[in-house]
This record gives sequence, structure tokens and C-alpha cells, in this order.
Amino acid sequence: MDLGPLMEGFATAATPMNLLYATIGVILGTAVGVLPGIGPAMTVALLLPVTYSLPPTSALIMFAGVYYGGMYGGSTTSILLNTPGESSSVVTAIEGNLMAKRGRAAQALATAAIGSFVAGTIGTALLVACAPIVTKFAVSMGAPDYFAVMLLALLAVSAVLGSSRLRGFCSLGLGLAIGLIGLDRVSGQPRLTFGQAELADGIDIVVVAVAIFALGEALWVAAHLRRKAAQIIPVGQPWMGREDWKRSWKPWLRGTAYGFPFGALPAGGAEIPTFLSYITEKRLSKHRDEFGKGAIEGVAGPEAANNASAAGTLVPMLSLGLPTNATAAIMLAALTGFGIQPGPLLFQKEPQLVWGLIASLFIGNALLLLLNLPLAPAWAKLLQIPRPYLYAGILFFASLGAYAVNLQSFDLVLLLVFGLVGFMMRRFGLPILPLIIGVIIGPRIERQLRTALSVAGGDVSTLWSEPLAVGIYVIIAVLLLWPLLVRLLRRNPRRPRFKDA
Amino acid sequence: MTFLRGRAELGVAAFLALVGVVVLVDGLGLPTVSAAADPVGTRPMPLVVGTMLLVCAVFLAVDVVRGGRGEVEGGEDVDLDHPSDWRTVGLLLVAFVANIVLIDRLGFVISGAILFWGSCFALGSRHLVRDPLISVALSLGTFYGFYSGLGIHLPAGVLQGVL
Repeated sequence: MDLGPLMEGFATAATPMNLLYATIGVILGTAVGVLPGIGPAMTVALLLPVTYSLPPTSALIMFAGVYYGGMYGGSTTSILLNTPGESSSVVTAIEGNLMAKRGRAAQALATAAIGSFVAGTIGTALLVACAPIVTKFAVSMGAPDYFAVMLLALLAVSAVLGSSRLRGFCSLGLGLAIGLIGLDRVSGQPRLTFGQAELADGIDIVVVAVAIFALGEALWVAAHLRRKAAQIIPVGQPWMGREDWKRSWKPWLRGTAYGFPFGALPAGGAEIPTFLSYITEKRLSKHRDEFGKGAIEGVAGPEAANNASAAGTLVPMLSLGLPTNATAAIMLAALTGFGIQPGPLLFQKEPQLVWGLIASLFIGNALLLLLNLPLAPAWAKLLQIPRPYLYAGILFFASLGAYAVNLQSFDLVLLLVFGLVGFMMRRFGLPILPLIIGVIIGPRIERQLRTALSVAGGDVSTLWSEPLAVGIYVIIAVLLLWPLLVRLLRRNPRRPRFKDA
Repeated sequence: MTFLRGRAELGVAAFLALVGVVVLVDGLGLPTVSAAADPVGTRPMPLVVGTMLLVCAVFLAVDVVRGGRGEVEGGEDVDLDHPSDWRTVGLLLVAFVANIVLIDRLGFVISGAILFWGSCFALGSRHLVRDPLISVALSLGTFYGFYSGLGIHLPAGVLQGVL
């Protein structure tokens, strides 16, 4: 394998300025990740406007730091508070909090931090190996193939994740509708602009993301704020004894093996691999009796899976321009904001940016380990921030972020409208991710369809003229018909269950 | 009325249907001309999305009537055992709308400070000295940080010349 580009990437990432941005990203990401109620996606969304004045490479390097840092910080919160904010750290919280309650918080944090480092580093190495191969393949894909891949991404995100497929599709529909707003890029026809000049350019994805993630979340939490602060378990310097190392390293590796491929799949996400890792470790552990009381394997495995899946997410993001989770979606929006077209040509057109980003992931991972082991007690203090200041701060920075993009108060009105939509979605259990993915992919899938049919002179059969596209349509059919198949295979057909759950 | 009790989610279905109708009506109003270079045109996508929203709305309504419920989202600071606290949400919205109205008139520093302090107040903080001080410091710091650090000039408003 040719490691030359990676070395050049390190040269890009290791300039003092970019190292500084990586460090800022890692610190901001961890700090904000530790704060309750703020996940990596919201952090990146809030920081997006700030980076518009940076060079794109530096901005992306900072985002990468924020992304990994946010995941680190999230595990600290879930271990010390037992009320995980991210769905991906639910599993870590189970055994992690039990360990903390038994006085083993230091070991739980240590195995999470070191496991994240191991998984993140292996995952990034796999990214280096996989992404160019996928790219090489992707360059030969035509518009019909892309149309099929994007359709798969949209449907998979809506149908697989979350507890209700129906509500996933409701959310997707709203996202696609938001994506329609503005002048059509081919014909210049205005769609859903209602004569408003401000809507002609479409709705800035920053405004939608900040509204749904930050404003919607803050309003939702405000409506249900805990009267009594949750109990925080005090913690000292994280460390692990010899026995802990012996029990941790295999779960780290197995967790990585689960996490990476799931992260790379459309709608694979982190929830399934963390859960798989948990049940695997429970089955394989020599200390099975400790599960349910705080077993270190139950923290090491899922936490590694979580981080490896984050690295896996970057494979489709960089090689196909396809976001598979919310943070990747916002990073892609950032790329577009810099005038860079995401897609298979990214590696050819922007080698400095892509390899600089990948190299900075290695650097960021090492920085995180160095920062997190000694600073864990300081991060834990962040959990005590008075909640009024925390959520007032989120509102303040959300409106600042939305306003700073175009300096027009109309964006704040949009922010409020979509913030209320975000509130409604949380109240009624509509998943957020399909909406965000719909806003981003909607316009692009339409463009692929129109390109495909324009090349073929309007012949619809072009859509299934390529073997890859046909294969993907088969996968989509299985995905959509899955609940039906399960029902047919069930032996007891007398009790039809309409409820999709 | 008893039928509607506990079925607030029907409102979501109504909202989806409304958005669907708006998208469809807007889409049907687009011209149908199709050029050789663009055989698909602008119409199909809105029609597909609008139809999808309407279908989703119908299925959601059926699901809710049959007793289906969306899974309410939890979180670190979320306590779902209490009913929704509409007073806090209402006050937050007032602070936010005040920000929108004032930002172009009084400038970012004043409107931002009002937003932060108002939000703190809404969320139950009653430090009469500390809260306003933090609000003003945060707002001023952001203004100068954006001005000199990022080159983004937030509106100074009535404080033009003072700042």
C-alpha cells in the first residue's frame, strides 16, 4: 500500500497552526461532550459558523478533534452520571456506572479512555486502508448507481434505526421537504419559497442543524428539567491494575471488530455494535457473575465498538460523500459550505485536505489519551455546572451561530420554527437523524436522478441498467419487506401485530 | 373529547398532512415543460415528497388510534416523571423572540445579554447580581471575540461608537 499521501497528510496536520486547531477541537469536543445534553453532532453544529473564516483543512481538522473528543467526553458522563445522553453510550453506561458505584470509577474511565484510543487508532488505520479502495470503485459508478446508493442510505436510516419505522419515515419526509426549499438548481424555478427572497437560496443547513439539535434539545430539556440534580460519583486519577489490563485488551479488539464495519454501513450506527459487543463479552467473560454488578469487560468492549464505529463512519463520508450519522452529515455540510464538493473525487481533488484530516485523527486520538487520563477529575467538575447557565448558554450560542452565518434576523425566525419542530419530534418520538440526512441527501439524490435520465435521453430503464444498482435495489426490497417476511415466517399468524416496534 | 385525550400525537399526523398538502400544491403549480436536457424537470420530486408525507400522516394517525405511541426522548437532565413544564418553555420562547426583535434594533450585545439572562431566569436562576453580570460579560466577550478573532462584525446597534 502506498503510504506516501498519508505521510504528506501528517506534514499538513503537524504544522503548528493545524496542531493548535486539533488541540482546540479535542479540548472543546471533550468539554462539550462531558456537558450533559450536548452530543458531538450539536457541538459540531454550534461550532460550524465559527470555522467559516478558517481555511477548510484547519476547520475539518478541528471538527475531527471535536468528533472524537465528544465521544470521549460522552463516556465520562455516562459512567459518572448513569443517564447517557448519546444512544451510543447507553451500553457503556450499564456496567460503567455500576463500576463507579462500587468505587471503581477510576478503572472504568481508564478502560474507556485507553479502549477508545486503541479502537480509534485501529479504526483510523482501517480507514486509511479502505477509503482509497472504495474511492477507486466509486469513481466508476454512474449516476444510476449513485441514485440507488443514496436511496439505500435514506431508506436504511429511516427504517433500521430507532424503534419505529413509521416515525422514521415521517421524519425523513419532513427533511426532504426542507431540502426542496429554494430555487431549483437546473431550471431556476422557485420551490416552496412563498415569494420570500430570503428563501431563494434554500435554507442553510447550519440553521436547520443548530435548530433541531441545539434549540430543540434545550427547549425539550427545559420542559422536563430534573428538579433534583442527578448524583455525580466523585472520581480521582484514572488508572488500571494488571488484572484490569488482562481483562480489557481482548474486549477492546473485539469491540473494534464489531464497530468499524457497522459504522461504515449506511444506518449501521453505533447502537448495534455496542450492544453486540456487550452480549459477546458477557458470554465470553470468565467473570460472568460480575455482569450486572460492574464488569470491566462490559465497559471496555462497547466503548471500543463506539469509537471504531466513529472511524468507520468516515469511510462512506470521505469516499462516497455519504453521511451515515448526524455528525458526519454536519461535517459534509461544512465541506459544501467551503465550496468543496463531497464525493468520490474528493481524494483526487483535495488530497491535502483529506489526508491532513486522516492524519489529524491519529494525532487527535493520541492527544485525547494524554488529555483525558490526567484531566478526568477536571472534566468531571463540568458536570456540576448550574443547569440554567448550561441551557441558557446553549440558546445563546445557537442563536449566535445561526445569526453569524448571514447576519440576518430572518435566520433567527427560521431557527425558532425548526427549533419548535425539533421539540415536537422529541416529544412524540420522531427520530432526528432521518430528517438531517433527508435535508442533505434530498437535493443530491434528485440531481443524480435528473443527470441519469438526461444522459439516457429520458429512458427510465437506465436506473436499473447497472448490476450494482440492481443489487442495491434488492437490498432495499429486503430491508423494506423485512417486517413482512418476519411476520410470514412466524408460526402463529392468529395475532397479527400491526404496531411497528 | 375523551377520544382525543392522550392522543396528542394526532396533531403530529395533522402537521405532516399539512406540510404534505403545501408541498403538493406548490409542486403542482410548477410548470410542466420538460427539455431534452432535463427530462425529469422540477415537478416529480415535490410530488413524491408531498405524497410520502400524506401517506405517512395517514399511517401515523391509524397507528395512534390503534394505541401506538412514539417513544419520548430521554436524556441526562430529563426527568419524564413530571408533566411538561410549559411555563419555562413559554418564558424561554419570550426571551428568544425578544432577541429576534431586538438584535437589529438595539444590537447584538444588548439583545444577546437579554437572551441569556432571560433564559437563566426562565430556567429558575434568581441571582439578581451574578446572572446579569455573566450575561453582559458573555455578550461583550462574544462581540469582541467575533470582531477581532474571526473578522465577523456583529451589529453594534445603539451602542455604535461606544463599542
